[in-house]
Amino acid sequence: MDTGAVIKQHLIDPEICIRCNTCEATCPVGAITHDDRNYVVRADVCNHCLACIAPCPTGSIDNWRSVLKSKAYPIEEQLAWDVLPPELPLPDGDAAAADAEVEAQPPSVAPPAPLVEAGAAPFVASSYGATVPPWSAAHAYCNLYGPKHPTTATVTGNFNCTEAGFENQTHHVVLDFGALPFPVLEGQSIGIVPPGLDRRGKPHPARQYSVASPRNGERPGYNNVSLTVKRVLEDHQGNAVRGVASNYVCDLKVGDKVQVIGPFGSSFLMPNHPRSHIVMICTGTGSAPMRAMTEWRRRLRASGKFEGGKLLLFFGARTQQELPYFGPLKSLPKDFIDINLAFSRTSGQPKRYVQDLMRERAADLAPLLADANAHVYVCGLKAMEEGVVIALRDVVTQAGMNWDSVAAALKREGRLHLETY
Amino acid sequence: MGSIDYSQKIPNNVNLAEDRTLQRALEQWQPNFIDWWDDVGPDASTGYDVYLRTATSVDAQGWAHFDFVKMRDYRWGIFLQPNDPNRGIGFGDHKGEKAWTDVPGEHRANLRRIIVTQGDTEPASVEQQRHLGATAPSLYDLRNLFQINVEEGRHLWAMVYLLHKHFGRDGREEAEALLERRSGDENNPRILGAFNEKTPDWLAFFMFTYFTDRDGKFQLSALTESGFDPLARTTKFMLTEEAHHMFVGESGVSRVVARTAQVMKELDTDEVAQVRAAGAIDLPTIQRYLNFHYSVTIDLFGADQSSNAATFYSSGLKGRYEEGKRDDDHLLKGRTYKVLEVQNGALVEKDVPMLNALNEVLRDDFIKDSVAGIGRWNKVLEKAGVAFRLEVPHKAFHRNIGALAGIRTSPDGRVVGGAEWSANLDRWLPSDADRAFVASLMGRVAVPGKFAHWIAPPAMGINRQPIDFEYVRFG
Repeated sequence: MDTGAVIKQHLIDPEICIRCNTCEATCPVGAITHDDRNYVVRADVCNHCLACIAPCPTGSIDNWRSVLKSKAYPIEEQLAWDVLPPELPLPDGDAAAADAEVEAQPPSVAPPAPLVEAGAAPFVASSYGATVPPWSAAHAYCNLYGPKHPTTATVTGNFNCTEAGFENQTHHVVLDFGALPFPVLEGQSIGIVPPGLDRRGKPHPARQYSVASPRNGERPGYNNVSLTVKRVLEDHQGNAVRGVASNYVCDLKVGDKVQVIGPFGSSFLMPNHPRSHIVMICTGTGSAPMRAMTEWRRRLRASGKFEGGKLLLFFGARTQQELPYFGPLKSLPKDFIDINLAFSRTSGQPKRYVQDLMRERAADLAPLLADANAHVYVCGLKAMEEGVVIALRDVVTQAGMNWDSVAAALKREGRLHLETY
Repeated sequence: MGSIDYSQKIPNNVNLAEDRTLQRALEQWQPNFIDWWDDVGPDASTGYDVYLRTATSVDAQGWAHFDFVKMRDYRWGIFLQPNDPNRGIGFGDHKGEKAWTDVPGEHRANLRRIIVTQGDTEPASVEQQRHLGATAPSLYDLRNLFQINVEEGRHLWAMVYLLHKHFGRDGREEAEALLERRSGDENNPRILGAFNEKTPDWLAFFMFTYFTDRDGKFQLSALTESGFDPLARTTKFMLTEEAHHMFVGESGVSRVVARTAQVMKELDTDEVAQVRAAGAIDLPTIQRYLNFHYSVTIDLFGADQSSNAATFYSSGLKGRYEEGKRDDDHLLKGRTYKVLEVQNGALVEKDVPMLNALNEVLRDDFIKDSVAGIGRWNKVLEKAGVAFRLEVPHKAFHRNIGALAGIRTSPDGRVVGGAEWSANLDRWLPSDADRAFVASLMGRVAVPGKFAHWIAPPAMGINRQPIDFEYVRFG
């Protein structure tokens, strides 16, 4: 099922590492181990919390390779390395086949854009994503609750959030943590542990969802978060499949108790300095972190004490009826957010994807990509990633700028964040 | 728990404000510490803004906060790993009992001795390194030196806190004495031999941080197992800082070796004179520095047979390295361990009770760890196509403590007579001429991104900063 999924595998550079054991002692989930030769990371255990990055005295810890999940380097191989392997090109077509449990059909995903010509260096979209947050990001708490010690939340709401109605099955679910600490920031995610056992008699693994609410709660001043969850009823081939976690979450009733782990994520975080701009590119339930960031900026603006920068949104869905939060989105003032919607299945109209909109808005997008105060966030299905990054490249190049230097700055300064599944 | 109160005069995560007596005692010690820093801390560094790491909490997110700081204003403070109320003692006669939050009366003298001995090494190394700033091979290296200096200062604070909090008047007197002894002072020297040696040049500094700070790692690791919980929690956090010091040593020597190998390939020579003429440090000299620092450092582990070591272990004060990962009975009674002695002019192994040999056990763990890093230096040579290989000398070489003290052996472990020793001394240990040559290469490079000729640039900068970042701004 997950053979096509691409992950950013966390690796340690054996040429620079001094084997001091700090990372292993720091890792909250036990992903790091060692033998007499090397320190290594278990790809299936590492949850990318980045807790090990700052304490490492050498910088050897900060290495990433985009690989097929099924082809991740096993620790036995890593233990024998003298040097890190080079980044290898991913095979064609892998990206489209994302994990069916992740979400249902691609809402507005363009066919993969043509790859670069033969002979040129392969274009690996995921390598452009930053692993550091913007400089003005707030401090993110991570891993307060691990798989062995989940916390409990109470469901306080479960609403429809599309025009298509409840039957379309994209839900806005609100969880309340009561008196237990669960501080989250926009862009972070939490893990829901479905109850019961899988076919092999093992507990279900937790399923990660981005929070859709801002830092001070779905309801301001309350210890609650919201999630945007689409019920999975079929896999990418259209075969009937009931996603364990998404169906569990969508069926929750007010008052139900849920096991939660996290929070996760310390780089996909919004800038907080005055006049910082946010470019948001998303599809389907990838809108969750965008809603969170937008809502936080909206509340700041309402307070009158914060001078926000531009918000530019590119949002794709199959139809307007399926677009999460379409209603509330329409009611936002034009001078607050610049909204661009792409629908790929509106009858009688040509298919339009988020990348098409980005190219149309190149004149507005290009200056932002060159602006150190602008931060770009991409969230949605894996298949959108390459098309979006290529569109960014084209916008930059056509504006007469050098893509390599702009991309390097975006990555180094924590200004381009890719969160795809 | 975890976050550090910086609003206090003395930053801490131990609720110092709730213990007024202790707070006042430490606030009285603080100006004496600053006086000591001004007096024998890094020379002529007062006005510099240094890109330093300061802990803002002891958890993973907070303990590596980077910013420009004047060293004198560094927030030295008291940081303990969070308390685990259920922690038990993992070894010795008290195994299985709850860890002590206060000092048991019968172990008071021994614990004080352990803490004072550890604490004494911290200011000592700052004193040893105080003149190195004048000859730093780059701003990057200067910053790393200063980072080590401020953190050794903080480690002194960590030990002084324990002395003040748990040892009453004796402890306060010991804390004062820590600021009064001086490295290399004939009348009032530091406690341990290696900490009275000079650190005259940067090769010696890198060797010191590789070997001698690694002794620190192993001593601290053994103390993190301690039944005295405040000591365990203090040393645990110190270890995270200590890792940077060993990184400076390992990468420093590695960069020296890389430059030498590069020069040797460019000139296609292994002639010492040619390498030296080209401004690089020849590999035999590097080997001699290694022999010196290695042998002086393994003396720090103490006598190979020691009843004190047995007492420290059995009474739960000091465990072994990675005690928790070993699957034996953690009592060690009736077990034996091999130590070296000389019989009929040759080194032989003999079995002695393991409890008495625990210094040797820790020394052997240290040796294994040291050898691994030297293997990585040799990888640099191998990659460059140079045949020379660095190696550690025999454990019996140039020793001054325990059964091997005064026994003369060659670096390959052959017992030799006085004549052979004298004849080869300059081949085995750095000679005055070696030290003079290395000293002749030293000179400050203070342009961002530039490095002295005798050392290669590092693979990457500090905290993801570029290598040509201005790590130190001279005021």
